Amino acid sequence: MAVPKADELFKSIDYTPPATGWMETPVDFSPGNWCYPAKPEILKSINFPNPREWSPEDEDWKLPPNWRDIVHQGFVERLEKYRSLKLFMDICVRCGACADKCHFFIGSGDPKNMPVLRAELMRSIYRKDFTLAGKILSKLTGSRVMEEDVLKEWFIYFYQCTECRRCSLFCPYGIDTAEVTMMARELLHLCGIGINWIMEPVSNCNRTGNHLGIQPHAFADIVEFMVDDIEEVTGVRVKAPLNEKGHEIIFITPSGDVFADPGIYTFMGYLMLFHYLDLDYTMSTYASEGGNFGLFTSSEMMKKLNAKMYAEANRLGAKWILGGECGHMWRVINQYMDTMNGDNQGPQMITPKNPVTGTVFHNAAATKMVHITEFTSDLMKHGKLNLDPSRNDHLRVTFHDSCNPARAMGLLDEPRYVIKNVCNNFFEMPKGTIREETFCCAGGSGLNTDEIMEIRMRGGLPRGNALRYVQQKHDVNMMACICAIDRATLIPLANYWAPGVEICGTHELVGNALILPGEEQRTMDLRQEPLPGFEDEDDDWTPPNA
Amino acid sequence: MNALYSLLFVFLLVFIPLFGVGLGHLNTIFGVCIPMTAFVIFILGFAYRIFKWGKSPVPFSIPTTGGQQYAYDPETFKQSKWDNPTNGFQTFVRMALEILTFRSLFRNSSASLHEVKGEPVVAYASAKWLWLFALLFHYSFLVIVIRHLRLFLEPIPFFVNGAEFMDGILQIGAPVLYQSDLLIIAGLLFLLFRRLADAKLRYISLVNDYFPLFLIIGIAASGIYMRYYAKVDVIAIKELTMGLATFNFHVPANIDVSFYVHVFLVSVLLAYFPFSKLMHLGGVFLSPTRNMPNDSRIRHHVNPWNDPNIKPHSYEAYEKDFGPMMAEAGLPLDNPENAKGTEEA
Ligand code: HEM
Ligand code: SF4
Ligand code: SF4
Repeated sequence: MAVPKADELFKSIDYTPPATGWMETPVDFSPGNWCYPAKPEILKSINFPNPREWSPEDEDWKLPPNWRDIVHQGFVERLEKYRSLKLFMDICVRCGACADKCHFFIGSGDPKNMPVLRAELMRSIYRKDFTLAGKILSKLTGSRVMEEDVLKEWFIYFYQCTECRRCSLFCPYGIDTAEVTMMARELLHLCGIGINWIMEPVSNCNRTGNHLGIQPHAFADIVEFMVDDIEEVTGVRVKAPLNEKGHEIIFITPSGDVFADPGIYTFMGYLMLFHYLDLDYTMSTYASEGGNFGLFTSSEMMKKLNAKMYAEANRLGAKWILGGECGHMWRVINQYMDTMNGDNQGPQMITPKNPVTGTVFHNAAATKMVHITEFTSDLMKHGKLNLDPSRNDHLRVTFHDSCNPARAMGLLDEPRYVIKNVCNNFFEMPKGTIREETFCCAGGSGLNTDEIMEIRMRGGLPRGNALRYVQQKHDVNMMACICAIDRATLIPLANYWAPGVEICGTHELVGNALILPGEEQRTMDLRQEPLPGFEDEDDDWTPPNA
Repeated sequence: MNALYSLLFVFLLVFIPLFGVGLGHLNTIFGVCIPMTAFVIFILGFAYRIFKWGKSPVPFSIPTTGGQQYAYDPETFKQSKWDNPTNGFQTFVRMALEILTFRSLFRNSSASLHEVKGEPVVAYASAKWLWLFALLFHYSFLVIVIRHLRLFLEPIPFFVNGAEFMDGILQIGAPVLYQSDLLIIAGLLFLLFRRLADAKLRYISLVNDYFPLFLIIGIAASGIYMRYYAKVDVIAIKELTMGLATFNFHVPANIDVSFYVHVFLVSVLLAYFPFSKLMHLGGVFLSPTRNMPNDSRIRHHVNPWNDPNIKPHSYEAYEKDFGPMMAEAGLPLDNPENAKGTEEA
């Protein structure tokens, strides 16, 4: 299971397809190629069907006896519910324009990772079950009967798609393989097939309010630690209100920012900013998760988890919601939230208005939810922040567009604006790898688990290589991003493909640059690493790029 | 293999009218019955497919955004209107660009791996050939379809004459060479060649992919043969086609068999069309990742099957569950009773 060295892995990539046709080419089920299955007790806790112990390595997946029927009926139902699915099953011309747009194909050469072929894994069943030609001329028209092997193949390849939608951008008909993947995963769930890395966070998020299952008191403790750390760096004790009623704003961010390094530094940046503004806000332990792994599970689950945001805003009497840095969270907010749960907004909610600048966020009129980089860029534009960008001068920064804000929203310039206001050294990665054409971290859609590290490193090649380019050309040593999953996944990716580059959120950089009223002279950044000129105080410090 | 099957199949299709008309003298069947039936299948099949797609709702607003969003401050953050539209007009322009200029295909690039000074390098080169030849093929096809209207309409509309004039503007040869004839063949051959030459593409190509290419090549080739070599009797053909258009069927005797081959292949295309990938003609207009504005944060989008009974795990239950710990951590409680905890806890 050990991951080969980067240059060996690179040399092993071969774009020549195998000699056998794809229907005849068997799937590799050895460990490392799949994520651990969801534990039965987890599935039970959220009432998902057919929970059981099983392993992808085994011959027998202990499927329910009528699994064929379940899949077929589930397919019928989804064709009736989603025009996208029906259309995407029907109109692909197999022009192959999407083929080398997928990071998993670029890094693996496995033809089943070409988006078109990934979708064909499902289309082949569609043609057999729902089209006349497929029924009569099976083989010639690329149709096949649903067998256990097919279901198993789905499990492997629909969990090697990060739902990043890069393929969809290039397809002349906008065919979105992410949409196909979501449907396939829903069908797999009906048979009790899911992965633990997604289902455990879903279950936790449902009960405790966040992915890791941090309970309210522990959550409060962690926040308190961060307040201590901020004090250590700045000498200022910031407030961090939790579950308080009667504030104007409720702030919701992915819990990854609370518990995981380096997300915590981003979280400190938020707290410092809000303290600086004396913002009338609260956070919540009940809705302590911005992320929504329901998006990777089923539309029902996504709705259920998302519904907490409005429910908590109503309970606490908040007028609008400020959202932290998270990728898929923002896809849910931009494209699903109001559709699913808009009806549950309380009458107290209003179109968000920045209390400091007076800017009304008309572009959030329906959801009542604003992205933190929209909020902060607005403050910067109005000159409301006292900033010292030179405190980030030890960093040479690039920016990774997360898939979802890029291709399911278009939040491209706001984060750049924020970064450029707090950093003097900013460099873009090459064209074709940023903005709407950005490459995935290869750990999105719940695939940020370690048992598939080689797959992730392969999929991470395009991003890693673009990063390597700016590292060599501009000595970039920090990649900023606006996603909590990225902040976890890009670290091993950078260590592998561009060692020496660290990862941060944009509000960590804001926190470094922001001059708090009454602060002490800063000698270190939020990571408690000495700022340039103060290195001597700490002997074992080495420059990040050494 | 799939290519070979498709080619053989198209050959077979050519022989059917050759025998049917050449030997069997079934002129009426091949000149009237089959084309009319095919046409009816095309119309009904097409309508049925669109209807079937239309029947499924679009529950969520899922445009693929290809540029900067409409921001709270559109002056500081300039919106990419045609790639990330927020209103009907912008979306219309996006769709028009997509359908008329294949804008997404224009983005096409090809990824390749290199080693430069011992360092792995992934390079992305612009790859516009597919876009170019796809455009050539489709526009030639369109021009040819428009030109053919002269056979079914009397008087001939101005745009048909216009298309014909433009298409023959180079005035080469007699009968005048239409550029669309050359370009469609060039386009088709490129698409076919690409499919066969690129190993990735060959790997995914089905009979469903080769067959329409060979079929359309067959149609174009038989048309070119009729016009430039057999020099068929166009007046007689127009008599027949006007008969089809006015349901006043009449089959003149002196029409060359190549015409029946051409018509038969077109009939096959028409009948095959609604059940094949060629339906992308209709589908491209319906694709939700392209034909929706990115405005679901601004305006409410309705999901007809949204289930109001799906409720979050309630705060009340949460507080019951964690009450004692919350109290200990100093977090406010809605119901102070919960600080004690439940019996089972
Ligand atoms: C609104 C109308 C249409 C649009 C926007 C459209 C667009 C496209 C695009 C973008 C492609 C992919 C590029 C390629 O592989 O060439 C394509 C492929 C194709 N189209 Fe169309 N098309 C339309 C109508 C038609 C019609 C009426 C036909 C003819 C019967 C047709 C036949 C084909 C064929 C055969 C291919 C596949 C070429 C291949 O095998 O690579 N299309 N179309
Ligand atoms: S780009 Fe679109 S039409 Fe072409 S093969 Fe991919 S999914 Fe199919
Ligand atoms: S959505 Fe992303 S990961 Fe999935 S097939 Fe498309 S490009 Fe690949």
